[in-house]
Amino acid sequence: MPEILVFATLNGLVTGLLLFMLASGLTVIFSMMGVLNFAHASFYMLGAYFAYSISLYFGYWTGLIVAPLIVGVLGALVERYGLRRVHQHGHVAELVFTFGLAFLIEEAVQFFWGADTKNYQTPDLLDFPLFTLFGQEFSAYRGFMLAISLGIFIGLYQVLTRSRVGLIIQAAITHPHMVSNLGHNVPLIFTAVFGVGTALAGLAGVIAGPVLTTFPGMALVLGSIVFVIVVIGGLGSLPGAFLASLLIGLLQSYAIAANVGMQDLLDLLGLEFPRSHPLDDLWTLNLAQIAPILPFLLLVLVLIFRPTGLMGKREQ
Amino acid sequence: MQSKLSVRFLTRLLSALLIFIAVFATAQERDPVRIGFMDPLSGPFASIGTSGLTVLQFSADYLFNSRGGILDGRMIEIVPLDNMQSPTETQIQFRRAVSEGLQIVFQGNSSAVANALNTAVERHNRRNPGQEVLQINYSAVDPILTEENCSFWHFRFDAHAVMKLNVLTDFIARNEDIEQIYIIGQDYSFGHVVAETSERLLREKRPDIEIVGNEFHPIGQVKDFTPYVTKIVASGADAVITGNFGADMVSLARSIIDSGLDIPIYTFYAAYDGITATLGADGKNRIRLVHNESANPIPTEERKEFYRAFKAKHPDRDVTQPRLPLALSMIVEAMEQTGSTDPYDVALALEDMRFTSMSGEEVWMRGADHQIFQALHVSVQTDEGIEFDADNSGFGLLTEYMVPGEETVVETSCEMRRPRR
Repeated sequence: MPEILVFATLNGLVTGLLLFMLASGLTVIFSMMGVLNFAHASFYMLGAYFAYSISLYFGYWTGLIVAPLIVGVLGALVERYGLRRVHQHGHVAELVFTFGLAFLIEEAVQFFWGADTKNYQTPDLLDFPLFTLFGQEFSAYRGFMLAISLGIFIGLYQVLTRSRVGLIIQAAITHPHMVSNLGHNVPLIFTAVFGVGTALAGLAGVIAGPVLTTFPGMALVLGSIVFVIVVIGGLGSLPGAFLASLLIGLLQSYAIAANVGMQDLLDLLGLEFPRSHPLDDLWTLNLAQIAPILPFLLLVLVLIFRPTGLMGKREQ
Repeated sequence: MQSKLSVRFLTRLLSALLIFIAVFATAQERDPVRIGFMDPLSGPFASIGTSGLTVLQFSADYLFNSRGGILDGRMIEIVPLDNMQSPTETQIQFRRAVSEGLQIVFQGNSSAVANALNTAVERHNRRNPGQEVLQINYSAVDPILTEENCSFWHFRFDAHAVMKLNVLTDFIARNEDIEQIYIIGQDYSFGHVVAETSERLLREKRPDIEIVGNEFHPIGQVKDFTPYVTKIVASGADAVITGNFGADMVSLARSIIDSGLDIPIYTFYAAYDGITATLGADGKNRIRLVHNESANPIPTEERKEFYRAFKAKHPDRDVTQPRLPLALSMIVEAMEQTGSTDPYDVALALEDMRFTSMSGEEVWMRGADHQIFQALHVSVQTDEGIEFDADNSGFGLLTEYMVPGEETVVETSCEMRRPRR
């Protein structure tokens, strides 16, 4: 049992921090521009595919640095020549624009790279077990993922709260006209923030690609969950996104590890149903079976009891 | 003068008419035999669908169209129908197939979709006699399709899950080292069949084997399988059985490998479409599949030629589903026998057909439930003794164990409702 607990925690942290890399970009973009970027997870997928292609020629480490940059530039271009034009038509137009973009990117990926799973591997340098506990290995690459995402969180938080750029960004969120009157180029800030946000998503794709497999459905699998995190954490709140990411990562991991189900609940209540009961599927359900759906359940609960999210300040 | 003119006019008219008839007749003759292929061609499961489409298209061209077509010169035209592997979209695409006049539809991926299509076909055929549609199932292996829900209009060209598991558990039972088995699968009809059947068969064949885990996860929703693998490790299992396919299969195998767990994984769909290349050396001697038609060694020169010709045309792809050329060949055989493309005639001719496949093996399409019987193989992923690899990776499937077709025959509970004509 202790080994399951330890590994469930580690797995939860890895997943949670990875989700945070996506959610951080999404939430910062939302707080600045009020745009819910539906294509955010698609940039994550692009990151993985670019890094895969680059790694074929220049190795993994070049991909790690170059792929997020390419994705960031792509993101900035999308903001400058796409979103900004659509912006004047209101938020609905922006939503639809990013929604369409997500489909476009998915089809483009299939067009250029094909529909097959890509053989994107972890670098040889990190291809060893970091430590072995209770007969199970924790790979060095997972440790590396953990370190990178933690680094990103700390770095991002420092930049936003301590640096001059962070101050201007924060000011631009609440008082864009004032900031503009002070001589700052607000549209440029927006473009930069969008670029950095998508680059972060790209980076997440680069480091997740080898372990979570690189295939055209990868954006779809992660896309919905990232929105759940941003909403649970509170729209626009970076610490909230961090908290929600960890919460969801750990929740899923523990739910899978826990060997409890409806049967235990029934035993506790002293109830028993025959196998032929029409609701047999319900009575035999266990927690692990529904683990990947739990975040959505949590989302519903949060929306009912705390519509602003865990740390959201926004009043609707 | 006048009569001469009219004679001339008449001959002209007549010759024009003759030419018209001749052109019309050849047009009629060259009217292609159109066959639908309905599988996911976009979305997360597109890789399986598109590779199937390539194989079927190639089979039609290589085996028939390049040799003068079928039924005295008619070509086979494959019409792709993208159902995105969703039962809802399948209904829409089926309507489209009907409105385009397609009378034979291939479908293989996901038993849930196959069941939906089965119901739609059955209903359509009952209401539209004379415009029936034939469902050619080349890969959906939920036994129900040839048991309770069996239909005159459905033919399965793949061994169903129970038949495959019979062979797989025979193979597992022979391995004395295996004492504890973990079963994990996608939470839908096929995954449940795999779990229940493996448990039942193992209890019969090796009562000493303990099932230390029986887990379901939502299909296509799991981002990271490591938490599941943690449980597998903790359970002390020394083998895993899974019916997973696509990304769920790769991620599961990857996580097992990454956790340093060195145990065999017994599967149905862990090869080709990038999977073999992704697992590569890590999957060597670890991934085992149960399937029909040996990939290595290939027994006949005829099938080797087919594979080489396919590779020459599609260097980046593989013959992922040898069932497709087999199904197509048997359908063409049925058409040639009856001289008709009518689904009813084709279905009758397919019933109890015995056909020699490209591998030189006699296969049998049982009339009672429209289930095919042919030899089943258990293969291992390796790079030794591989003539035809997968994903150009050097790795491929090598047959370790073979059960001849007649030994795979199982009883059926099918009570088929036969249309009256």
